[in-house]
Amino acid sequence: MSETATPTRAQADVASLVPRLRRICGEDGVLTDTARRRTYESDGLTHHRTVPGAVVLPTTADQVAAVVRLCAENGVPFVPRGAGTGLSAGALPHAEGVLLVTSRMRRVLEIDVENECAVVEPGVANLDVTRAAAPYGYYYAPDPSSQQVCSVGGNVAENSGGAHCLKYGFTVNHVRGLDIVTPSGEQVSLGGKSPGAHGYDLIGAFVGSEGTLGVATRVTVGLTRSPERTVTLLFAFTSTDAGGQAVGSIISAGVLPSAVEMMDALAIEAAERAVACDYPAGAAAVLVVELDGPAAEVDAQLAEVTRLCAEAGAFETRTASGADERARIWKGRKSAFAAVGRISPAYIVQDGVVPRTALPEVLRRITELSAASGIRVANVFHAGDGNLHPLVLFDDAEPGAGERAEEVSGAILDLCIEHGGSITGEHGVGVDKACKMPRMYGPDDLATFDLFRRALDPDGIANPDKLLPTPRLCGEQPGVRRGPHPLVESGRAEQF
Amino acid sequence: MTDLPADAANETAGAADEAPDERERLFGELLDDCVHCGFCLPTCPTHVLWGQEMDSPRGRIHLMEQTHTEDVLTEAAVGHFDNCLGCLACVSACPSGVAYDALIEHTRHRVETEYDRPRSERALRGAVFALFPHRNRLRLLRGPLRAYQASGVSSLVRRSGLLDRISPSLAAMDRVAPSLSSPPPALPERVPAVGRARARVGMLVGCVQGAFFPEVNTATARVLALEGCDVVVPRSQGCCGALSGHAGRLEESAGFARRLIEVFERERVDRIVVNSAGCGSSMKHLDRTLAEAGADEAWVRRGRALAERVVDLTEFLVDLGPRAERHPLPLHAAYHDACHLSHGQGVIRQPRALLAGIPGLRVSDLPDKEVCCGSAGVYNLLRPGAAVELGDRKGRDVASTGADVLVSGNPGCSLQIAAAMRRAGSPIAVTHTAQVLDASLRGLPAERLSGRA
Repeated sequence: MSETATPTRAQADVASLVPRLRRICGEDGVLTDTARRRTYESDGLTHHRTVPGAVVLPTTADQVAAVVRLCAENGVPFVPRGAGTGLSAGALPHAEGVLLVTSRMRRVLEIDVENECAVVEPGVANLDVTRAAAPYGYYYAPDPSSQQVCSVGGNVAENSGGAHCLKYGFTVNHVRGLDIVTPSGEQVSLGGKSPGAHGYDLIGAFVGSEGTLGVATRVTVGLTRSPERTVTLLFAFTSTDAGGQAVGSIISAGVLPSAVEMMDALAIEAAERAVACDYPAGAAAVLVVELDGPAAEVDAQLAEVTRLCAEAGAFETRTASGADERARIWKGRKSAFAAVGRISPAYIVQDGVVPRTALPEVLRRITELSAASGIRVANVFHAGDGNLHPLVLFDDAEPGAGERAEEVSGAILDLCIEHGGSITGEHGVGVDKACKMPRMYGPDDLATFDLFRRALDPDGIANPDKLLPTPRLCGEQPGVRRGPHPLVESGRAEQF
Repeated sequence: MTDLPADAANETAGAADEAPDERERLFGELLDDCVHCGFCLPTCPTHVLWGQEMDSPRGRIHLMEQTHTEDVLTEAAVGHFDNCLGCLACVSACPSGVAYDALIEHTRHRVETEYDRPRSERALRGAVFALFPHRNRLRLLRGPLRAYQASGVSSLVRRSGLLDRISPSLAAMDRVAPSLSSPPPALPERVPAVGRARARVGMLVGCVQGAFFPEVNTATARVLALEGCDVVVPRSQGCCGALSGHAGRLEESAGFARRLIEVFERERVDRIVVNSAGCGSSMKHLDRTLAEAGADEAWVRRGRALAERVVDLTEFLVDLGPRAERHPLPLHAAYHDACHLSHGQGVIRQPRALLAGIPGLRVSDLPDKEVCCGSAGVYNLLRPGAAVELGDRKGRDVASTGADVLVSGNPGCSLQIAAAMRRAGSPIAVTHTAQVLDASLRGLPAERLSGRA
């Protein structure tokens, strides 16, 4: 560890902490045997795996604070984890560290209708906030595709988005207050129920910090009034180009749909097989457009969007306004990631952003990449804000296929950067993209990030090796993985 | 088991010689389908209770992978496999189509054949499986059970918590024991259609259904006949093997399956109608169970032929279409999705459609309807603590609907939920979809179902 973030204290053996962890979290709140610990070895991104040194399942903020304090006193790293659905290995455990799982902290503490907010524990599933608020005519707007399972705490860590970010923004736009445990084990409250505090935006800094600034133990989120009318439209096109063009004309016309989603032929095929979503036959691309708001406004936009899509070449249009009909249209889109398991033994979900206008060009280049490498790529994306989710398909049983898929996946990110975009739209950086950060940020930027991180975590124990590139993780050429380092290859140095 | 036919054991040995490796390989392929997305977590009853990875389908699949690749069954892993209710909510939730049902069946079989359980656990399992798959033995229990309930000792014992201290499993048996009245007369072997016959169907009586809820079978036969079916109820039928199969006792299950196949092969029926979700779900893949138990190809084929004719009562009636007149039932019913109907067979729409066809009947769904009530075959006997907690959750959900009666398509659920409602001090009449239809077709007053005068 000598080349990493210079821990100032010698690291204690995590096993030596176990008796004290048990006193804090109770006998059944600490997992130490190998079989059980191994079930936590990865989050939703399974090609990164590390068995945690110990797993703790606290039930209260005080327990979280006590665990973190114990870690801090002994220089032992900790990694927070919610539902384990993340797609950037942000919750990848540390072999000599404690995995701090919030899955038992799942109470909705308060629905404050007057102040239009909800107070929840971090392990509450995203969709459960909406379920709790629905009887009052409200919902929680950020809606990642995994919303029925992903936790609010995880959403805070990753600044998660979802199909409806186009109109409603990301998690950071909805968090009003946070109780956090800092990397030294201090319990701190940020913000409150009312939006918009003065001074430094500490909530803004914490949201999206991927567990490197501590653990959220209580989250206050704003609730959004359920719209008077919601209409979901499905348009089928004969090419992704035509679909992309339709998106351009909708946005240019000044219409702001709550969501504009696109799927290409391969993604449609996967979704059909998984959930029989019954999208129009022969579609090379489908566009799912959702409009919500006051009835009169939605009706006007509906006519406009339908006209624009027809002009761009839509050969079939479906309009759904009932909840069940709308759910049927969404079903295919929402299941698309996992559904790819039906058409490929293994896959990488990539997450990149390009300016909306570059969409058709980038899609064409992805098709070329795919053809040249023989690696199939299915595309699912939030077309309205240019957030791409290429699904890079491969057979992990085939030697070398994984590496080629990684290459294609990396090349797609290069495309995004080349076109003025970014390496992640909403899945976060985690371990997976930490080494790619230098492609987006210069050394000064990264040094500034690091200064900020160390202000709260001087010993580098809070989710180490995530978010920012470290020499340990990325070797001497940060950001570029070109196979093993020569020193490693010749056996003169080790990389962990 | 002593009453396994001798040939079953012999055949198993013969066919199983080379098959296990192939079965392990297929098992490995099925494991690979899991992409670790976690969509199965929220509706998994044990994850709902304990919030830990090893007690979720995703975690159990991980443990299965460990078992598979390292060829070792750890005590920890077995405990978590045993914790699984086999409710299959994860199968419904999984976007990748992971065949968790086949995975857990194979795993349980392996546990049963390879793992050395502690003696007390073995004894309990032995006792449970010597009793439950046998309608006649269960029926013998009715007498003593009724006397025990009538004596008032039952409620005294329940209140004292004595049984909980002696044996949680015995206490569980006591808790879920239904209040028994005298049974209706036994069903005749042939019930002719009323009016022109539209179909000729076989009917499964079921062990628990037959012993504890004979009135459900009577109602089922009557509804089928009123809707124009000749109903054949072979008296020689035994257990379908579901309970044993769900617990990994596949040879035992296959033995039951073979005898059931022989019984129904003798009757020329279009379909075999089942009114018990657990039985129906298991009978629809008899071929898989037989294959997994090492049966030869001929038996697997016969199993498949039977499985293809198996249909849940509600599926069958919806396909057949209504003919008999529905009389009004002014009642508020809550419908409970039995896991082995909704998750196991994908039968969700049909019971609701049938209930919606009854004038005056208002039907509510339960909150968290995907989550198991904790009955799960004999789970409430093997894991009584978890079963009670899940039962209580379900009880609260039922109470929140304010319904007069609870309708369920599975006897185990009916016992479990009725017990939970009694415990909570808000007893509710629990009835079967067949009984609701029967009451409507015969124009009975709603009070007959709700038990309210």
